[in-house]
Amino acid sequence: MSALNIKKGSSSHSAYDLRSSYADVAETHTLAVVVDNEAGVLARVIGLFSGRGYNIDSLTVAEVDHTGHRSRITLVTTGTPQVIEQIKAQLGRLVPVHEVHDLTVEGPAVQRELALFKVAGTGEKRVEALRLADIFRASVVDSTLESFIFEITGTSEKIDAFADLMRPLGLVEMARTGIAALSRGSSRRN
Amino acid sequence: MRPRPTLGGFLLRDVRNGERMMSREMTGAKMVVQALKDQGVEVVFGYPGGAVLPIYDELFQQDGIRHILVRHEQGAVHMAEGYARSTGRPGVVLVTSGPGATNAVTGMVDALMDSIPIVVLTGQVPTFMIGSDAFQEADTVGITRPATKHNWLVKETDRLAETIHRAFHVATHGRPGPVLIDIPKDVQFATGTYVPPQKAATGYYQPQVKGDIEVITRLVEAMEKAERPVFYTGGGVINSGPAASQLLRELVDATGFPITSTLMGLGAYPASGKNWLGMLGMHGLYEANLAMHGCDLMINVGARFDDRITGRIADFSPRSRKAHIDIDPSSINKVIHADFPILGDVAHVLEDLLKVWKARGRKTNREALARWWAQIEEWRKVDCLRYRPSETTIKPQYAIQRLEALTRGRDRYVCTEVGQHQMWAAQFMKFEAPNRWMTSGGLGTMGYGLPASIGVQIAHPEALVINVAGEASWLMNMQEMGTAVQFRAPVKQFILNNERLGMVRQWQELLHGERYSHSWSEALPDFVKLAEAFGCKGIHCRDPKELDDAIMEMIDHDGPVIFDCLVEKHENCFPMIPSGKPHNEMLLSADAEAFRSGAVLV
Repeated sequence: MSALNIKKGSSSHSAYDLRSSYADVAETHTLAVVVDNEAGVLARVIGLFSGRGYNIDSLTVAEVDHTGHRSRITLVTTGTPQVIEQIKAQLGRLVPVHEVHDLTVEGPAVQRELALFKVAGTGEKRVEALRLADIFRASVVDSTLESFIFEITGTSEKIDAFADLMRPLGLVEMARTGIAALSRGSSRRN
Repeated sequence: MRPRPTLGGFLLRDVRNGERMMSREMTGAKMVVQALKDQGVEVVFGYPGGAVLPIYDELFQQDGIRHILVRHEQGAVHMAEGYARSTGRPGVVLVTSGPGATNAVTGMVDALMDSIPIVVLTGQVPTFMIGSDAFQEADTVGITRPATKHNWLVKETDRLAETIHRAFHVATHGRPGPVLIDIPKDVQFATGTYVPPQKAATGYYQPQVKGDIEVITRLVEAMEKAERPVFYTGGGVINSGPAASQLLRELVDATGFPITSTLMGLGAYPASGKNWLGMLGMHGLYEANLAMHGCDLMINVGARFDDRITGRIADFSPRSRKAHIDIDPSSINKVIHADFPILGDVAHVLEDLLKVWKARGRKTNREALARWWAQIEEWRKVDCLRYRPSETTIKPQYAIQRLEALTRGRDRYVCTEVGQHQMWAAQFMKFEAPNRWMTSGGLGTMGYGLPASIGVQIAHPEALVINVAGEASWLMNMQEMGTAVQFRAPVKQFILNNERLGMVRQWQELLHGERYSHSWSEALPDFVKLAEAFGCKGIHCRDPKELDDAIMEMIDHDGPVIFDCLVEKHENCFPMIPSGKPHNEMLLSADAEAFRSGAVLV
């Protein structure tokens, strides 16, 4: 739009209304989507997000019911309340989607992410990394004389905090799984 | 497999039907034909190719299903759409892999946007060659995933029959739409167990059809008090079936509320009905758009607040409470907030709505309604469709008015292409019944009308089927005249020829400083000679005084006709709401001069 030098808010030169009707207040929601574990189902979900311009902050998927051929997709997305509602409605009308739960609004939920950190260093830095890993209840899953791989589980914020601490201590690379989440309490949501 | 009970429900019913419905062994290709027959399919629109030859071989050896050979796969899908829209039954398409499938994509997106039930069967290279870039291989399910309501790649013959039955179920239930089944050639050759429709698992897809009775009751309360109500109806009424149109008519006539409709919903309420305001939207009628803007209760029945309807969202009908009846949950609150969201099938919801309204004493706010109608009559006096007549050139509006007058009362179906002629047809033709009006609304597909008219004619061989076209749109799928001639489909191609891309030209004139960038044709064919080349009749008309006779000649001819109607080249389509403007800022033809000078361009 800016390249065409069309004033924001102007639509007099277009067959479309060029203004975005969305307000700027965005929220982050965690959705649990129960789907048939069939070919292409993940592509359908992702295609819906890219095709309609929604955001995916994180996405995890795995089969959770082998006999019932069900997979559970845990998805973190950001948008205005109106967009979040649209996302849920659009997901719900995909044929292989059985349930869509918004864990952010349907009561309290547990959200966890697993991450692996490779930290290389010697001497004081190496000792400090190990000490901090202990504080964060990260465990060492691989070790050489110059490096560790830490495994850490927790909320995304905790993992972010750990990453910030590891960076000056020789963080080489990291891998994160994205969020898995379940609602608290005894009832079943999938 | 578990042993089947000998006197189970299926067997009894099967015996009663006099058909052998028990599971049995057959090739995948035979299964396709059997499944189509069991689904009640009578016509398939298709084009053969390497990857569907086994199915074509089975089609050759039977006579229960008629195959219409098209000239291009896009035409096949539009024909199936015309067939589906005019009958209410799903249209079926059979094409080959690779280019056959990709050519069908435009038609599928068109059907998706307009919610038309279509089942597309595509051939695919053998399973063991998928992914090897084989000859005529394309990732058909990948390409068509966003072009269909749902699609399937069938890798085992044993799953083929059930998948086809599921496909028909998905295409026709909930919000209808196109589905695709990709069938590799080895799956067609291999033998598997056939499953009849009754045994196919479809329970997992059962969209809600009954509306929430509490919200319906709240809506009835609002209707009882409403001072300026309006019904805003759409294609959902047509899709819901004839009962929905019947209930809508009863409700509108009983309440006395005014009613307008989208392009897609024309015919659900008769144009001769006393409460009819005409079409609304960008080129809708002044009274319809002003009623929408000024109403205090808007009852949306099976429409989706498309941007051609709403104009600027922020100014859309600012003082009204809005009810939205829709079978698709993602349509509700997508664009416009609904105060009365009712998820369900139109016929089911209208039935409950009528029941509740009657039970509460058939109340309306009569005094206020009378004032509202008086206001609407004032708007009507503007006579927004008026145009400057001519004695020397045929005005496109005049051509359609004459076509309307001379075909009125006949068993008539009308298709259109996309552009100015489409809007004029929607403004000037009068539809008294649903399923009589086939036009590409959501996608706006030029080239839709000719094949769609053939599909309609195949479904209704005795009816008068007219495609109101523009010459540019018509040329996009003109090869299908060959199909019309081969299958003796006497479709009438009524081409309003202005030698321009009229709607593009109009926008360029009004909004782009009269710079007519590539919006005219310098090398149009001689349509009469073209008709002769196809082996059908051609008619040419450029004199308004000869128009009636020429139209009658077209109607009376027993066979397909290409009617080249040379019309005024620079006519613009009014009224018009410029995009991004609210309904009450619409342009009438009288304003066009002001518009051109830029006065309303801010």
